Amino acid sequence: MAKEDVLLLDFWVSPFCSRVKIALAEKGVAYQQRGEDIFGGKSELLLKSNPIYQKVPVLLHDGKPMCESTNIVHYIDETWPSPPLLPASAYDRARARFWADFIDKKLFDAGGNIWKTKGEDQAAAKKELIQILKYLEGGLGDKDYFGGDSFGFVDIIAIPLTTWFFAYEKFGNFNVEEECPKFAAWTKRCLGRESVAKTLPDPQQVLEFVSMMRKMHGIE
Amino acid sequence: MPTNDVKLLGAPASQYVNRVQFALNLKSIDYEFIPQNMREKSELLLKSNPVHKNIPVLLHGDKPICDSLVIVQYIDEFWFDGPSILPSDPYDRAIARFWAAYIDDKWIPFFKELTTAKDEESKTALVEKILEGLKLFEDVFVKASKGKCFFGGETIGFLDIVLGCYLGWLKAWGIQLDVNFLDESKTPALVGWAERFSSDKAIHGIIPETEELFRILQIILARAADAASK
Repeated sequence: MAKEDVLLLDFWVSPFCSRVKIALAEKGVAYQQRGEDIFGGKSELLLKSNPIYQKVPVLLHDGKPMCESTNIVHYIDETWPSPPLLPASAYDRARARFWADFIDKKLFDAGGNIWKTKGEDQAAAKKELIQILKYLEGGLGDKDYFGGDSFGFVDIIAIPLTTWFFAYEKFGNFNVEEECPKFAAWTKRCLGRESVAKTLPDPQQVLEFVSMMRKMHGIE
Repeated sequence: MPTNDVKLLGAPASQYVNRVQFALNLKSIDYEFIPQNMREKSELLLKSNPVHKNIPVLLHGDKPICDSLVIVQYIDEFWFDGPSILPSDPYDRAIARFWAAYIDDKWIPFFKELTTAKDEESKTALVEKILEGLKLFEDVFVKASKGKCFFGGETIGFLDIVLGCYLGWLKAWGIQLDVNFLDESKTPALVGWAERFSSDKAIHGIIPETEELFRILQIILARAADAASK
């Protein structure tokens, strides 16, 4: 597969872009990457490829654009089948899609509510995040990964969001490992994987980014 | 397939439940419909969907599957020898999933906002957004159908089910607001599609009659007004 066939429109701190990068790395797919200036001015290609949301990530395969990270990871799994990211059985795939949807709808927003607010609102947001992580611990059970023995779809959907936890912990004054040790153990396990370790930004840099966002939002 | 192997926890007027019924019908799967009272949730529902406590839930044997889009994909993958619901090409599947998520995350919520919209100005703004969405779907239909009858092409597919489930409610809201949402002069392709979809034998009879949905809508609006005044 020539490198020019696959292009990712990217933003370094976006956990949603990281999902796509990890999935492509797991599949051994060579691709080009173009960083978008989210604050300075989005590129023509981005605006044309994703007119509805005007957001990254966008994956262009042979010039055909795809948007929304979970959707893109699905596409990557179906286009380059080996190694498989989704489990084999229809029921296990349904469980994986259920957890991916739960993570998409709940996790990032709950975290955002922690660094965007203070006082009672922040306390409520922290409680919500912990509850979400406890649900995910339930989904993980005693398994190494959400799909079982192998790193897969749900792990890819969830792990990039954990790079923002250091920032949530700092501004929310709590510790994920103390509250949800199983989730923390799963995080460490995933971070030991090459595709994950090489892709994810340093949580310290994410913290600096979130600090900048707080100033921009006038929260101090 | 014996009836007691497949059960659907739902309510007849829920568009999300209707999606699952369409999919089961398309695959000719017999199932037992177990109506749920959402104001007094059953033990079975709470046990089967502890995270969201919501309908639809498909029970296949003792395995619960939740979330309408997840269930429809499950039905398509488990009963793979029936007619396909998702497109076969991965890119077409990505487009179908994108628009399905848009319908659920952006478009249908406009109607939820309408139930609590306080003044005429906000109602008008929401109606505009809904109509803009329908114009988008018109373009999507033209591209996806490639001149055939449905979003899925020759046969009913994923996007037909995801959007089509809302046709009854669209009519009920149209009566409520005195708006013709599916206008032949604005979205002619969708108008034709809606007629073909609704009269298909796998679909017909699932969505409740518009009068019934309108009646339920009055109850929903009354409850929302009540809650707002507290």
